[in-house]
Amino acid sequence: MNAVFVLSGLGIFSLIAEIFNFRRALFPIVVLGLIASAVLLILDWNTGHSYYSNMLTFDNYAVAFSTGISVIALLWFMMSSDYFHNNTHVTDHFALVIFALVGAVFMVSYSNLAMLFLGIEILSVALYILAGSKMKDLLSNEASFKYFLMGSFATGFLLFGIALIYGVTASFDLSQIAQKILSPESETSALLYAGVLLMMVGLLFKISAVPFHFWAPDVYEGSPTVVTAFMSTIVKIAAFAAFFRLFTTCFSPVSPQWTDVLIVITVLTLVVSNVTAVYQHSVKRILAYSSVAHAGYMLITLVSLTDISSGAMFYYVLAYAVASISAFAVLHNVAGEGDYAIVDSFNGLAKRNPFLAFTMAVSLLSLAGIPPLAGFFAKYYIFTVAFQAGHVGLVLLAIVTSLIGIYYYFRVIIAMYLKSSDKTESIAVPVLNQILLVICLIVTVVLGIFPDMLINLL
Amino acid sequence: MNNAVSAAIQGVPLNYYIWLSTALFVIGVLGVLYRRNIIIIFMCIELMLNAVNLLLVAFSAHHGDGAGQVFVFFIMAVAAAEVAVGLAILIVIYNNTRSTDIKVLNKLKW
Repeated sequence: MNAVFVLSGLGIFSLIAEIFNFRRALFPIVVLGLIASAVLLILDWNTGHSYYSNMLTFDNYAVAFSTGISVIALLWFMMSSDYFHNNTHVTDHFALVIFALVGAVFMVSYSNLAMLFLGIEILSVALYILAGSKMKDLLSNEASFKYFLMGSFATGFLLFGIALIYGVTASFDLSQIAQKILSPESETSALLYAGVLLMMVGLLFKISAVPFHFWAPDVYEGSPTVVTAFMSTIVKIAAFAAFFRLFTTCFSPVSPQWTDVLIVITVLTLVVSNVTAVYQHSVKRILAYSSVAHAGYMLITLVSLTDISSGAMFYYVLAYAVASISAFAVLHNVAGEGDYAIVDSFNGLAKRNPFLAFTMAVSLLSLAGIPPLAGFFAKYYIFTVAFQAGHVGLVLLAIVTSLIGIYYYFRVIIAMYLKSSDKTESIAVPVLNQILLVICLIVTVVLGIFPDMLINLL
Repeated sequence: MNNAVSAAIQGVPLNYYIWLSTALFVIGVLGVLYRRNIIIIFMCIELMLNAVNLLLVAFSAHHGDGAGQVFVFFIMAVAAAEVAVGLAILIVIYNNTRSTDIKVLNKLKW
């Protein structure tokens, strides 16, 4: 809980820093603040306190995910430091990102639907601005507008769902709602099911699952690369953790009603996103469709609930986020000022900068799920969970779609190592980005060798 | 308000409120999907949120529970913040394209 105060204070401090001309000191202070919030969160481990008359509950699930979010945010700040330093509105951007993090922490620790709503909005409103932060660029404007439109449209559905559930249960509190649904005298009515489905639609928009994914590739492509990296890692973790928390704690009594719907959506997400990604030329778009595809794999944990589902999901999002951050960091360096890279821009990268090519290859292999990297074990555990729950067909389909996935990840790898390009000048990488890439490389390998560390946490 | 009117309002069954706000919500959704002017789209989003507000207030009165009305305040505050950001985005788009029609936003496609 103290981490929320630290993060909010940090955000307000970044706003004031502009006035006192603290710009240079801001980056180290933000890094220290994020480390402090991660430490404070870890101190909350196993306490399970709830705060403000049960608005937020920092149980182990919330602590694990918010610590993950702080650590990924730290990596993200290392990735985007040079982008910020070339930018005139550096303090505003820092403040927006940090407020978005506060929203993300709310989204993983809420125990009241009001906090879920506020968390989503705090996160989203900050991101609408960040997505449009290249004001003169029409693509960035379009991305920002599409994100805003889809975000508020989804919020409308989410709120209508909340209102209907409130109508049936007369409460916004997760545990009370679950009790009311379970109690025999409650008319578990059409209103309740409609509410659950509408909330599901709202949250599926946020995690960009097919058929609610159409905004994601456009928004990811138009936004500045660093913002895209933020959306496809931290936003995805927070939205998915919120989704999982809601449907496992609150709506588990009515699971027969929503599981079938979710299975259909999972199948659609896996097939449509992986097949569409094959036809893309822009690397950012390939990564966007890959992030939609990964949402599909994460959804598998939700339709097959066993004891280790939440652990497997936590491991999956971390493995995915670390690999994604490093892939976006390489993309950011290769694309340079223009902020746009097609697969051919990666031609001959192995000669121009072997280090960038190697880290990109490792992170793409991890995203594709090649052993012994983290991504492989992440998929392996998710498939195990699905097997235990008896969804054999779903597992077979997911294996086929990950084979399709290997094809489009390898297009980039083949371009880097086997094709030649007329550009020969080497690419200079800022020191912080090099450190970040080394860290991501180590984490991807270590998580792959010792997966039990995270799986058994939850 | 005189007593006859308030008695008449309290006599309205809950179902009517549910149907009314569902109708308003659907009008909002259709407006977002079919209108082409960005400002009208913003108004339709507001309509969706206000349909939710009406529903929450009706349920809140029905259950005799204040939480629903507090939630409505949250929604109003957040909707105001959201629309401020939305209009700022609209102004940036207008400065770059001199248009508020969503036809100009077709540069990103697969």
